[in-house]
Amino acid sequence: MDFTEDQLQRYSRHIILPEVGGKGQRKLLAAKVFIVGAGGLGCPVGYYLTAAGVGTLGIIDNDSVELSNLQRQIAHSTKTIGMHKIDSAKATFEALNPDVSVIGIKERISKDNILDLIKGYDIVVDGSDNFPTRYLVNDACVMAKKPLVSGAILKFEGHVTTIVPGEGHCYRCLFEEMPPPGLVPSCQEAGVIGAIPGVVGSLQAIEVFKLILGKGDVLKNTLLIYDALKTTFRRIKVPKNPNCPVCGDNPTIRELLDYDAGYCAVR
Amino acid sequence: MEEDIKPDRKINIKGLVCPYTFVKAKLAVEDMEIGQVIEILLDYEEASRSIPKSMEDHGQKVLKIEKINDTDWVLVIRKEKE
Ligand SMILES: [Zn+2]
Repeated sequence: MDFTEDQLQRYSRHIILPEVGGKGQRKLLAAKVFIVGAGGLGCPVGYYLTAAGVGTLGIIDNDSVELSNLQRQIAHSTKTIGMHKIDSAKATFEALNPDVSVIGIKERISKDNILDLIKGYDIVVDGSDNFPTRYLVNDACVMAKKPLVSGAILKFEGHVTTIVPGEGHCYRCLFEEMPPPGLVPSCQEAGVIGAIPGVVGSLQAIEVFKLILGKGDVLKNTLLIYDALKTTFRRIKVPKNPNCPVCGDNPTIRELLDYDAGYCAVR
Repeated sequence: MEEDIKPDRKINIKGLVCPYTFVKAKLAVEDMEIGQVIEILLDYEEASRSIPKSMEDHGQKVLKIEKINDTDWVLVIRKEKE
């Protein structure tokens, strides 16, 4: 594939990097990434993947834009309040880079659709805001052997980890079971400082680039914790657990479960 | 300096400025086989220094840097590394 003059300009800062070059940029343009959620994390991840020319972006969400989202969800705007988040995000991404094909899915992700949805993609990014979805996405990615870049934010803290099935840990190696609903912060406790999704989403986007380019080290067997109050990044080693119920030697979870509701989502 | 090397490829990037001078040169080198030689004609003075430096940084071999008239330079580079 030859670059157009516009593409040479748009991607010039990638092409001049030894780790990317024309070859790497072609890999980015050919890549297909599926993003779960068009909220706090899905917005910056989608924005940077689009800007970088990641050729195909699938994105799923089932909510509409609310005024309370705009403190941190940068693909939406005052003008798109009330619009479906998928339409709002798709319009933003398409305006940013016409090279990217954005496939929006206005559904709730579930055990019945996830495997079909992620089938055609190279990498999955979890930007969901609740434990049932996080475990669903983890288990589905382990079963489908799709690399997963998982992110989470709450208050002044952010987590990022990259799950490469067959090579490293999975989310259940880290936290085997979902916390009981009583231990999960209720909606009114679940504040999030603005810009923290930008930090975590940008880290997720860079993990995706490295997976596509095959360069550098991703957060395999590692959980990265960002503490915005202290301005610290901590790396926690997460060994793959041979007894993990989904990615271990004798998995007990062999098909997707009913990942209970009963949790309050941070909207 | 090796003088009598016949280039496998020639590009003319006159009129371009940084970073497009290097973008074009780098893409041309990426398309070549290891051991092949490229001749680059340019008229952006700064690139006559920055392209050779970046090519060396990326592991390529600069065979020649020559100012051929008042405005133009010719660079000759051999691809040593993918
Ligand atoms: Zn596991």
